[in-house]
Amino acid sequence: MLSIENITHSIDAWLNSMFHPTVVLLVESLIVGICAISLFAVLGLVLVLMERKVSAYMQIRLGPNRVGPGGTLQTVADTLKLAMKEGLTPDGADKFLFNLAPFVVIIVAMLILAPVAFAKGTQIWDLNIGVLYISAVSSLSVIGILMAGWASNNKYSLLGAMRSGAQIVSYELSAGISVISIVVLTGSLRIQDIIASQQDGWWLFKGHIPALLSFVIFIIAVTAETNRAPFDLAEAESELTAGFHTEYSGMKFALFFLAEYVNIFIVCAIAATLYLGGWMPLHIGHWTGFNQVMDYIPSSLWFMGKTFFLIFVIMWFRWTFPRLRIDQLLNLEWKYLLPISMVNLLLMTLIAIEGWHF
Amino acid sequence: MIQEVGTTEQGELVINLGPQHPSTHGVLHLVITLSGETIKKVEPHLGYIHRSIEKMCESLSYRQFIYVTSRMDYLSSHINNHGCALCVEKGMQIEVPPRAKVIRVLMDELTRLASHQLWWGAMAMDVGALTPFFHAFREREAINDIMEETCGARLTMNYMVPGGVMADLHPDFQKKVKEFIRFFRTKIDEYDELVTGNVIFKSRMEGIGYLSAESAVSYGCTGPTARGSGVSCDIRKLYPYEVYGQLQFEEVTATGGDCFARYMVRMQEMRQSLSIIEQLIDNIPEGEFQAKTKAVLKLPKGEFYSRVETARGEFGVYIISEGGTTPYRIKFRSPGFSNLSALDHMARGYKIGDLVAIMGTLDLVIPDIDR
Repeated sequence: MLSIENITHSIDAWLNSMFHPTVVLLVESLIVGICAISLFAVLGLVLVLMERKVSAYMQIRLGPNRVGPGGTLQTVADTLKLAMKEGLTPDGADKFLFNLAPFVVIIVAMLILAPVAFAKGTQIWDLNIGVLYISAVSSLSVIGILMAGWASNNKYSLLGAMRSGAQIVSYELSAGISVISIVVLTGSLRIQDIIASQQDGWWLFKGHIPALLSFVIFIIAVTAETNRAPFDLAEAESELTAGFHTEYSGMKFALFFLAEYVNIFIVCAIAATLYLGGWMPLHIGHWTGFNQVMDYIPSSLWFMGKTFFLIFVIMWFRWTFPRLRIDQLLNLEWKYLLPISMVNLLLMTLIAIEGWHF
Repeated sequence: MIQEVGTTEQGELVINLGPQHPSTHGVLHLVITLSGETIKKVEPHLGYIHRSIEKMCESLSYRQFIYVTSRMDYLSSHINNHGCALCVEKGMQIEVPPRAKVIRVLMDELTRLASHQLWWGAMAMDVGALTPFFHAFREREAINDIMEETCGARLTMNYMVPGGVMADLHPDFQKKVKEFIRFFRTKIDEYDELVTGNVIFKSRMEGIGYLSAESAVSYGCTGPTARGSGVSCDIRKLYPYEVYGQLQFEEVTATGGDCFARYMVRMQEMRQSLSIIEQLIDNIPEGEFQAKTKAVLKLPKGEFYSRVETARGEFGVYIISEGGTTPYRIKFRSPGFSNLSALDHMARGYKIGDLVAIMGTLDLVIPDIDR
């Protein structure tokens, strides 16, 4: 069967037969880098279009429908427009930090892409502390946002960045604890091990109520971490005009925008990996016939299906809920989500030790 | 006094919210002093859209000046016109035919509904929910279509003339309005499901922007803003004009005084407006839609005042006439101006997000404030 795994293996074998291993490593890194960047661009284009279509569907509108068939090229046109715009740097801004901030945000988003398993055997870097790496790197993006807010020399930006800082740092905790509760079950931080442990069923179903709870908490926390409504206080259009990226224009704004959507993709991919089995097809216990049928669906399709379903859910939040206030947002995290997820982790540990999970 | 904008010595931050800001719904300029996220002071700066309508009216005849007032509170333009027409009729002692009275009230209530619908969408948008705005506009569109058929325009209808209305109702009017009521009765329940019952929305609204009954009266607040604080001030009930005296409807008041109370008052008012329309739509008397008046109107020497209840509160028209064809001096009492003056009182001590929510419940229309 033609799968991405076979393609990568044959390329690797072909290169090894032709060149010196060091050259092979360099060439492969280059190919992977180009693939990652193009994936980035494609994801941005697809997700922005998806957001616009989903919001249009919820708001009794048609959404973009002029550029390309069914409006599919709308984002391309928008990107072209943004690329042609002047990237203004306001007077009084810290020029170096102001121009650096979008790159920090986007590089962080790119780095997290590394350990994400897109399909069976398709992973940029299968490092043994994959989950820890993701948690560690994703908390770096707040630096870029704070940088942008501070360097803009704009009060709205500053307020937005401060809000964002408080928010991301807080919600990192319950997201991290939710991730740990799955690590407790699998006993490994490696992404492939976590996926392999879900061969006979996804953790969402196997891990009893604690898994369900930690899944819900994880989704809430990552929605907050990616600054999406109802937790979009860092942008808060009706309060702070555009929050931390008020002063950004042209391509620099586009980078923030792109990073936001890629971050959504990444957190949904992680949620799909941890709770919904990543690229693992839906297997139910000993139903061999059913399991075999499910195996015929390519693993990349499983992964993308799950991830895009979760992305749809997060978009659904955005177009349904009003925004929380900053104190309510922090109350929700520190008074409700964090204690619940801690107790939940305890329960999960009990389940893992006693082997009560299916 | 012009204040230096910037950080003050006490570590306070001064922010210019507006005149171009997404949530001021126009060109309102608020200078807010913040301590962290907490509001210390709100100072509205007005005049960005001042067109000196009152002065302009002094050079327009009594037939003409009515239509300038559509541009004040453009969301209840018909009710503004109504107030002016009432004042001229009072001065001229014109008897309005019963059919015109009913048509006027019907249009008033439709306008009020359209205005409240838009407010509901904008309100939800202020607290961060974007979808309700489009739902509100879908329903508002139906009203606009009805208006367009009968009045010829959708927003500034200019349907009022002293002595009645400009033209008779469109033959389809009754059918369309009945259809709309049936349609909107289901939609208003949907509004409640989508927004009113939402936990986040409630927590953003309840206990925010408290305005006591005493403060509401002392700031001169009227309309849903004052009624949310338990002040009975509905002109339609207290000083009934046209056929309001003969109608069965309730003056909606709430006692909370917070944003949620003001929100609920408006939601209930929509239901009351629907019931008023339902009472009238089958009972439109036959006859003239306009009283016979002279071509050139001349108000006798004296002072005349009339008031109506717009979607935002009490709208008063005060005319001083010297006996000529144009008013000597005219003064409008617009509800938005007084309601806005209470903003500082309401917003102090709350967060920036709350300020936006409070402004939303005040339902400000800036041209109405600046005139």
